[in-house]
Amino acid sequence: MKPKVLILHATGTNRDHDAALAVELAGGFPEIVHLNQLRRAERRWSDYQMLILPGGFSYADALGAGRLLALDLTIYFAEEALSFVNSGKPVLGICNGFQALVKSGILPDPDDLEPTQKLTLTHNASGNFECRWISLLPVSQSCVWTAGLQELIFCPVAHGEGRLMLKSPAVLDGLRDHDQVALVYVRPDGSLADDAYPDNPNGSTAGIAGICNRRGNVLGLMPHPENHVLPWQFPHKSIPPYGSGLVIFKNGVSFASQF
Amino acid sequence: METLPVFRFVVSFSYSGDARSSRYLSDAHLLGLKEVEGIACADLYFIRGHLLEAELEQMAARLFADPVVQQIEWQRIDNLLTEMKTPGVYQLEVAYHPGVTDPVAEQIVRAAHEMRIPGVLNAATGQRFTISGRKLKELDLHILARRLFANPVIQRYVVGSIEPVFAQPAEATAQVEEISVHTMTDEELLACSTDRRAALDLTEMQAIRAYFAAKGRGCSDVEFEMIAQTWSEHCVHKTFKALVDVNSASPSSHPIQVNSILNTYIRKATQEIAAPWVISAFTDNAGVIAFDDDFEVSFKVETHNHPSAIEPFGGANTGVGGVIRDVLGVSAKPIAATDILCFGPQTLAADDLPEGVLHPRRIFSGVVAGVQDYGNKIGIPTVNGAIWFDAGYTANPLVFCGCVGIAPRRRHQRSPAPGDRVVVLGGRTGRDGLRGATFSSMTMDAQTGEVAGASVQIGDPITEKGVIEVILRARDQGLYTAITDCGAGGLSSAVGEMASETGADVDLVNVPLKYPGLSPWEIWLSESQERMVIAVPPANLPALGELCSLFEIEMTDIGCFTETGRLVVRYDRRVVVDLENQFLHHGIPQRRLTAKIPSPASVFPPASRCPELSDIFLSLLAHPNIASKEAVIRIYDHEVQGGTSVKPLTGRGNGPSDACVIKPLGTGGNTGVVLSNGFNPEYGRYDPYRMALCVVDEAVRNAAAVGVDPDRLAILDNFCWGDPLQPENMGALLEAARGCYEAALANRTPFISGKDSFNNEYLSKDGKRQSIPPSLLISAIGIIPNVNQAITLDFKKPENPVFLLGDFQPSFGGSHFALLFGTPEGAPHEVPLPSTCAPALYRAYYNALGLHGVVRACHDLSEGGLAIAAAEMCLGGQFGLQLELPKGREALIQLFGETAGCLLVEVEAARVDEWLEKVAGFPIYPIGRVTLQPRLVVSCAGQQLISLSIQDIAAAWRTPLTQGQLES
Repeated sequence: MKPKVLILHATGTNRDHDAALAVELAGGFPEIVHLNQLRRAERRWSDYQMLILPGGFSYADALGAGRLLALDLTIYFAEEALSFVNSGKPVLGICNGFQALVKSGILPDPDDLEPTQKLTLTHNASGNFECRWISLLPVSQSCVWTAGLQELIFCPVAHGEGRLMLKSPAVLDGLRDHDQVALVYVRPDGSLADDAYPDNPNGSTAGIAGICNRRGNVLGLMPHPENHVLPWQFPHKSIPPYGSGLVIFKNGVSFASQF
Repeated sequence: METLPVFRFVVSFSYSGDARSSRYLSDAHLLGLKEVEGIACADLYFIRGHLLEAELEQMAARLFADPVVQQIEWQRIDNLLTEMKTPGVYQLEVAYHPGVTDPVAEQIVRAAHEMRIPGVLNAATGQRFTISGRKLKELDLHILARRLFANPVIQRYVVGSIEPVFAQPAEATAQVEEISVHTMTDEELLACSTDRRAALDLTEMQAIRAYFAAKGRGCSDVEFEMIAQTWSEHCVHKTFKALVDVNSASPSSHPIQVNSILNTYIRKATQEIAAPWVISAFTDNAGVIAFDDDFEVSFKVETHNHPSAIEPFGGANTGVGGVIRDVLGVSAKPIAATDILCFGPQTLAADDLPEGVLHPRRIFSGVVAGVQDYGNKIGIPTVNGAIWFDAGYTANPLVFCGCVGIAPRRRHQRSPAPGDRVVVLGGRTGRDGLRGATFSSMTMDAQTGEVAGASVQIGDPITEKGVIEVILRARDQGLYTAITDCGAGGLSSAVGEMASETGADVDLVNVPLKYPGLSPWEIWLSESQERMVIAVPPANLPALGELCSLFEIEMTDIGCFTETGRLVVRYDRRVVVDLENQFLHHGIPQRRLTAKIPSPASVFPPASRCPELSDIFLSLLAHPNIASKEAVIRIYDHEVQGGTSVKPLTGRGNGPSDACVIKPLGTGGNTGVVLSNGFNPEYGRYDPYRMALCVVDEAVRNAAAVGVDPDRLAILDNFCWGDPLQPENMGALLEAARGCYEAALANRTPFISGKDSFNNEYLSKDGKRQSIPPSLLISAIGIIPNVNQAITLDFKKPENPVFLLGDFQPSFGGSHFALLFGTPEGAPHEVPLPSTCAPALYRAYYNALGLHGVVRACHDLSEGGLAIAAAEMCLGGQFGLQLELPKGREALIQLFGETAGCLLVEVEAARVDEWLEKVAGFPIYPIGRVTLQPRLVVSCAGQQLISLSIQDIAAAWRTPLTQGQLES
């Protein structure tokens, strides 16, 4: 049976259909569900084996990108969202979804949900929204979404607030110690981009594009692997696309099948 | 109201120079306020209610501030400490006017309650600007506030600390004014038209007088405003439908009298071509063609020029929002946006700026930010466009916004039945955009910015996103029988159009308002954004209500369709409009205009100087019309919806794509949509007829280059012109329309939609009129059978041969070479004329694409000529090119002259024979080969003329658009 995937639609979400396509191609059964359907109990969190928080501008970015969706996750749906995370089912936050996971404290670690964040996603170093294709190196082997991935992933970024900033340098050590650096920006040849623009498109600390929780079931990333799941989406018509975003979804769906 | 404590929170970035503050600072400098040394922005939040310290702390930490990068402080407003004044540092605060909907404030109250802090009764928001500058004067602060920080239509400001005002219920006033139009003299009629900014002429005013005189009554202000809007140029296209007397010095190709340019030229082409795949042309909110057996695609391009001149961000923002609703108005899902923008010179000296006009740099940055904001937030990829700079656009920038939609075939309904309810969906109604339809039909002058402030609209893309979600589901459930968007003219236009075959009876008292005090005519005419009107059978109202509640979209039943042939509008049951459809929609007298047909220009600016070929080359690459647009393209999301296959920038070096290819999600097979455009006002300046031929050819050849099926290509026209009452302007318009007709027939590309914008003129204080150059945008939409086989412009493989395909006739009239250096002596000086073989050639090229892998790259020759096309292919692929010019013509002419109808094609070396067979019989020149070494080397008859590294070419091409020179 194909695992059922809950694709959360908040007011202003706009890459929900893109994520649904990726899930479908990866062998999952996606359903786009509006938060209000969950509020009215027309749908139940526990009926799904996987959760995706897709990209967009939830609540119009009022009070900061992802901020109000984060409140929904930690207050209104605290029980449902946390038990989903704690059950070990795969959870993926892309772009605005990543921002919400970070601002809710679910990333980097749901165990120490506290009002002060250790890290954040803020305005790009360039000061601009930016849409461009980038190269990603999967790093974490404890993250269910990136474990075992060998090849670079090419996909676009499209955001204005994707710069990962940390409260202190110690936070980075913590992330590395627990294998929580899931994806980093690299040059097309695979060497680390670090701070070099535009391979690191937003100035994120240590070129980090995505992080996971300690348990490895929750991944958040700024780039859009869901926008590179078909060959014709790849921009360089001269090179065959030898890496794509679909592998992330395949990993997630295959992990979700056990639940 | 009980006196409750009010708390004020101030949130700022803990590091200096955050993006928003930096942008305001550079905008302040663009305003000419060089004395401003620093601007620091902070957000203000006001909370009213009895709250505990712990609750305040919780809100500060979890709701208002990002603890990693921001700092927050708060205090009770009655304890507010007066801050110590530092010399040269000023504080300015901005907040909404009482009653203006504040969406963030609504979210704060909702979120606080979600956080179980029920004590929060109200919230309000604002912004604080800390401005430093030792030489700043009080007046400068007010200029900053009015022009940069606050939009006077919805916001107020103070120097110092602002007092919050909390939301109150919004009620309208029932005030209706009576106008004795039936007894007015001609002079009074004209005065009435002017006073009410109706833009109606005496003949039209007399028709109104006659109608009401026959009824023996005056008219209400609601009726008058509705007629002015319905009869505006914007809504009824009176110039394109006018009876035009043609006045020509020499024998002209036009009849002596043209009865409707639209029917004589534009629609006529569509009728004669009679393409079976055209589903709807000129009859609905957007043009529609077949995509495949299951789907149809729609396309509409609108202009939002006047609003963008006054408030660039809001104007462009709502331009995008408006055209998206047009596509929604044919029940389609919006899948792509296009933007063609025209601005004045970015390097214009402040002293040369006409009075009351914003600096072109400010217009540029505001417009681009407006497009970005709406397109990105609503989740529609911005995939195709152009940016053009010319001194003629200084006071009158042009903003063309396009939108493409996709829908299942035969699902769109367009006949309301009597008894169906008139339902308004979406945003609330305010004073935004009042009289926009008539305003866009007027000439601008130094006062326009002040007077027309109320015409500026404010966009809310997230609400429109919700409206899209509701409409698409309502369409699939068959809940409505007709649909149209609220654009220019608001409800008046939308309901008026929908009821034009039946009749309607509506009451405005229930229309939800943004703020109090609107009178009935304002509600009826308001151009508030994000609203659609649909006709709903009463039995379907509950299902529609369910959808609206899921997506939190407001829906209001304002009345019903009737079969009376009359439009009746009430306010709280009192009749304020009672007009017959026949008069409203057909009572406007046909305009009579005169056209003076221009002779094509024979005098061209002579060459002032002629530098080295390499220097010419680099100067052209740096010209803002040719230079890389990457800085703009990247801030638009062109990937959302996952359908973008050929992107606006292509190859490792980000070359400029000829056209965009989209594979709409949810459609089967490999079929895709191709979008392109053609635009060249510089040609229009010298020869509007040839300009039309050239821009149609450009749109077609751009689409052809990427692999469109030329027999499945439709086009749209957008004319932006000066005052049509000037016979010269009308003459140029007729010539361009004739060109459109001939080019459409030659290419077999039917027009499916079009729009016009007149009076793009500025009247300076000394009475001089300054008109834009004749500007015709042709947008093309077509079908590509297999997106996997799309061709891009970047060179793919060293040693592949490169061919110049087409009738190569380089000329200099309106060329970019001539802009910079004048017309070379002895060189052809007219505007290029597309060869009659071009349409057949594009079809031959398309057939060659059927041999997969033969054509590897293709790019068209346009501004800057062969040299620029070759350079862009090198830039895209990061390979070099050895270019050998054919003998017989001077190198300068071949390299930089401009021609129509030509493509530069890279062909797989091993398959040249197959290629040549496919294009046999057409002009073709083997012109070079791709090289691994990244250098562009040009030679002729064995002599090397240019040798430049791709790096140097890239450096020139990447000259910032704000720095390049437009003319010598």
